[in-house]
Amino acid sequence: MEALILTVLLTSVPLIFAASGELIAERSGVLNLGVEGMMLMGAVSAFAASSIFGSPYVGILAGAVAGALTAAVFAVFALGLATNQVATGLALTIFGAGLSGLVGAPFVGGTIDGLPTLAIPLLVDIPVFGNLLFNHDIMVYLSIGFIVIIAWFLTQTRAGLVLRAVGNSHDSAHALGYQVLLVRFYAVSFGGMMAGLGGAYLPLVLTPHWSEGMTAGRGWIALALVVFASWLPSRILIGALLFGGITIMQLAGQARGWTIPPQLLSMLPYIATIVVLVIIARNREFARANSPACLGQIFIQNK
Amino acid sequence: MISMTPRKHIPLSRTLLTPVVSIVLTVIIGAMIFGLLDYNPLSALYEFFVAPISRPDQIGDLFVKACPLIITATGLVFCYRANIWNIGAEGQLIFGAIFSGGVALAFPDWPALILMPSMVLAGMIGGIFWAMIPALLKVRFNTNEILVSLMLTYVAALSIDWLVRGPWRDPMSFGFPLTKMYSDAALIHRIEVPFVGMLGQLHWGVVGALLFACVAAFLLSRTILGFQIKVMGDAPRAGRFAGFNPHVTTIGVMAIAGGAAGLAGMVEVSASMGQLQPNVSFGYGFTAIIVAFLARLNPLGVIFAGLIVALAELGGDNAQIVLGMPKVVTGVFKGILLFMLLAGETFNRYHIQWQRTGNKLNLKEK
Repeated sequence: MEALILTVLLTSVPLIFAASGELIAERSGVLNLGVEGMMLMGAVSAFAASSIFGSPYVGILAGAVAGALTAAVFAVFALGLATNQVATGLALTIFGAGLSGLVGAPFVGGTIDGLPTLAIPLLVDIPVFGNLLFNHDIMVYLSIGFIVIIAWFLTQTRAGLVLRAVGNSHDSAHALGYQVLLVRFYAVSFGGMMAGLGGAYLPLVLTPHWSEGMTAGRGWIALALVVFASWLPSRILIGALLFGGITIMQLAGQARGWTIPPQLLSMLPYIATIVVLVIIARNREFARANSPACLGQIFIQNK
Repeated sequence: MISMTPRKHIPLSRTLLTPVVSIVLTVIIGAMIFGLLDYNPLSALYEFFVAPISRPDQIGDLFVKACPLIITATGLVFCYRANIWNIGAEGQLIFGAIFSGGVALAFPDWPALILMPSMVLAGMIGGIFWAMIPALLKVRFNTNEILVSLMLTYVAALSIDWLVRGPWRDPMSFGFPLTKMYSDAALIHRIEVPFVGMLGQLHWGVVGALLFACVAAFLLSRTILGFQIKVMGDAPRAGRFAGFNPHVTTIGVMAIAGGAAGLAGMVEVSASMGQLQPNVSFGYGFTAIIVAFLARLNPLGVIFAGLIVALAELGGDNAQIVLGMPKVVTGVFKGILLFMLLAGETFNRYHIQWQRTGNKLNLKEK
């Protein structure tokens, strides 16, 4: 049972990273549908870096940088050239999937040392919870830390207020003298860095190898999670754990010899995403409450 | 700083030039990426864009490769014109293959005259069925059609995988995940061109695809339906005042796109495979998105765009064999091409100037 809960926890980590990064981008008014592509670039860079340098920590760094750089490509087009955000995000996913496959081709079949777990002294000895909560790799702690920091940033800091202002009414923010495009560029880059970290977690911890398209739709599920969380960081945590649980259910089912075909169990996360989207969308007030008013809208400076 | 002023009038030459410039830039950037990855850029480009069409029979194969792209992209044009972001054509294509395959496998004894139309119908119904899920959820609950249609693509891929490994598997297939072969009546045959004979794998489905694009072009430019779709996409408020129902438009364009994708799935299996297998589509549904944009959302343009993108697909196969490149390299080209097309759209619509920030002279002039 403890092992099962641990797996659920680990499976949700990439989703926490990717979704909370996208949350920041969307709060600034930018819908970046390229999460899947950024995660793949993060995954392949993390794998390549840690197999070349022999350290998974270099891998984490490489994943973050690669994700941010991929997002910068999106920013150049969607912000600099004011292209349609939906189509640009799709282009980024297609591009990222292709480029990650190309870069990763020499690494197919290789393995790397996964991230070591770092037990927190004393706390890990608490009965029942100790091992479950305080005996993880650094990225698990990081993911929780980021959620706390993002929640604090959005509600308690001036910069967070500016970010939300830009996302809710870019014209007003511009009139007040804020650099709308610059704020959005930072937000999109941060989103890319987080997606890169989420992608990096896959080869560094979950499956210690690289294969094309190994994210298997997690980037898209992360996008759905932002809607599920109604743009609130704390709810991302709940959503990610929920999806982690559903993903793990198929493995648990197979292990217990359920007679349901494995393909039907594999459908569960995707069907659950749709069900969740419907449930959220049904309650319009809940869905709209924190939704950035300018989400996906194009802003043109000096027009 | 960049300043962008909308153009009042966009000359036709600009509209036509954008895709051409985009392709040229894509090829240049692609060559640079090849160079960075230690491939010889020139020979890579040769294997990509010249070698695949250096014989007449290969031209036939180019059309065959473009066939599912043209049919699917034509349907997507309707969606994107109406500003409905259906990106799940891949799943709709797979369901078209499943439904038409079900008919072909259930009634192998029917004559072609009855079986073929039934399969076409079944394929379209399959695609429409799969497209109606995001469409109805959007209309009823205002869910995001992008995410729902994409999630359903994964579900569709797993569905066909389950069918061909489980209930529909041919007991005589030695454990391979394949259904029984279709009967002869269920197959789309190759074309015998007069004086030339068979031209590669060129089949009658290609003719159907070209006809389909022409019919779509007529519908879009010459009928009230096409007008309604354009108005609802460009100015939904004006459309509502004109009495057009946004819900009906959403369901209509999704049905057209789903039906087209389903038809593409049916044609692809009947003409090129002859039985269902776990992979009936090789990302055609996603590639068709790029085809639709390259065609600037014009059904006749889709024919040319489909051929160009099909060339990149064949080039990717060829580069994989000759240069040992991974198959996904085509994806890099496709992604860059879409970026360039979108940027081209901006350059088309706006007059862009570089200005120095904080230039006081500018203020004085005004």
